[in-house]
Amino acid sequence: MSDMNTAMVEKYRNSFLSEVEANVEEGEWVKMCMQCGVCSGSCPFGPYWDHPPQELFMMIRAGKREAVLSSESMWMCTSCYNCIARCPRGLPITHIMHGLAHYAKRLGLAPKNQQTMKFASIFWDNLTKKGRVNELQLGLKLYFMNGFVEGIKTALCMKEMGMSMLMTKRMSPMEYFGGHSIKDTKGLHAILKKAREIEEAKAKQF
Amino acid sequence: MAKKEYSFYPGCSSQKAASASNYQTSVNSMCDVLDVQLNEIPDWNCCAASIGYAGGGELPRLAMSARNMALSEQAHPDQDIVATCAACWLATKETQERLHNDGGLMEETNKALAEGGLTVKADQNIRHMVEVLIEDFGYDALGKHVTRPLEGIKIAGYVGCQTNRPFGIDGESFENPKYLDKLVETLGADPVNNYDRKVSCCGGALAFSEPEKSQALIKDIIEAAYDGGADMIVTPCPVCQLNVEAYQGQINKKYNTKFDIPVVYYSTLMSVAYGKSYKESGLDGQMIKAKQLDAIAKK
Ligand code: SF4
Ligand code: SF4
Repeated sequence: MSDMNTAMVEKYRNSFLSEVEANVEEGEWVKMCMQCGVCSGSCPFGPYWDHPPQELFMMIRAGKREAVLSSESMWMCTSCYNCIARCPRGLPITHIMHGLAHYAKRLGLAPKNQQTMKFASIFWDNLTKKGRVNELQLGLKLYFMNGFVEGIKTALCMKEMGMSMLMTKRMSPMEYFGGHSIKDTKGLHAILKKAREIEEAKAKQF
Repeated sequence: MAKKEYSFYPGCSSQKAASASNYQTSVNSMCDVLDVQLNEIPDWNCCAASIGYAGGGELPRLAMSARNMALSEQAHPDQDIVATCAACWLATKETQERLHNDGGLMEETNKALAEGGLTVKADQNIRHMVEVLIEDFGYDALGKHVTRPLEGIKIAGYVGCQTNRPFGIDGESFENPKYLDKLVETLGADPVNNYDRKVSCCGGALAFSEPEKSQALIKDIIEAAYDGGADMIVTPCPVCQLNVEAYQGQINKKYNTKFDIPVVYYSTLMSVAYGKSYKESGLDGQMIKAKQLDAIAKK
């Protein structure tokens, strides 16, 4: 168990709902859910959600902390916004899913080999390094995120697509050596560092 | 008509030799005809897209978009911010909404921005290019520039998710937006009516991490277009474009289908109809060639 997880368990012993409200992005909305099920019927990866959004909200209220935070479910969210467009109560469901996923990862409770978690983490590191996404380096890292052998397999499987992207000048091998960047990376890094600090200080306060 | 100017947020995928560089090419050509000047936000950064959430918490992600707004306010204070990428538009617009409606976030974000010597008010309008076309021009005005009508081409308008929800285009419904169909008609082509997958999800960024599941969605999107008799698919979103075009080979192998349908941007269609060349319209960027458009552009 991560230190942060232990601390959070201590602090919110009696109420997982309060923990979510305090620590998860848009978590204060969870109690507004009226369990109509509209959101659950809206997810494009519907069959693959062990617990669709409506169920996750019910489980949060029922205090099923482990089951919620270690679930693959919220990692199945494609950010399609169907749920937000349809929810009669106006819950920002997409953001709550992202928030739950982020919180689970921070606590070290997310499933270890969750593919979208790996991808999304690599993506964030890639974009914050230089302020802009380097698609080639991102792609290469992605191929190899599950180890060398898997990487070669993925790369072979993606070979044709990669070639057509090179041919149509929609990818450049030069990106490997640096590539797109903002000028003021120093400023951006300072901004992000401060934003993280503020967020961490807030999490401690609750 | 006087020249229209906007504070332009191009986004990562539009950069030189990036996956939607062909989108940018056609947008430039389209704007040239419409006398639109796009003033790039100096030193803009990535919006973190929807998928940045695993690594970045709420405030760091908001700070990314806030930095862009701050730079835009400095450089082009009297202009609307315009984005061509659905994810960029959405992330920036959401940040604006959050900063104004969510208690202390405006103050916290400004504290973070101050470390980079910036401050944000977040009060410029944030618009998708499609909104500019429909609201600042309108179909009639857009139609006036057509010199080469796209006659005889049947096109499925694939709107997708993020240009459509949660904000969408004014006056359009979430479940059956018609603006791409109207635009297709304006350019002299035939829209596929009742294209039932027009707002279905392509898997978005999860096409990378969950390829099987995403490709099943993409297959349905393409199949429905063929069912409607489409020669090609048009979209306003670089993620939709890439996903629906690039995985056809892999889908064919897996499902034994024979998909080979071009997927173009609205700006590709407009550039061709407006008389721009093959290259100027970004047609050289098609992995699956849009042969009917090629023929018109090379006339
Ligand atoms: S649609 Fe809204 S109210 Fe209905 S179950 Fe989902 S979150 Fe709850
Ligand atoms: S945004 Fe996420 S939670 Fe909402 S319907 Fe789409 S996949 Fe489901």
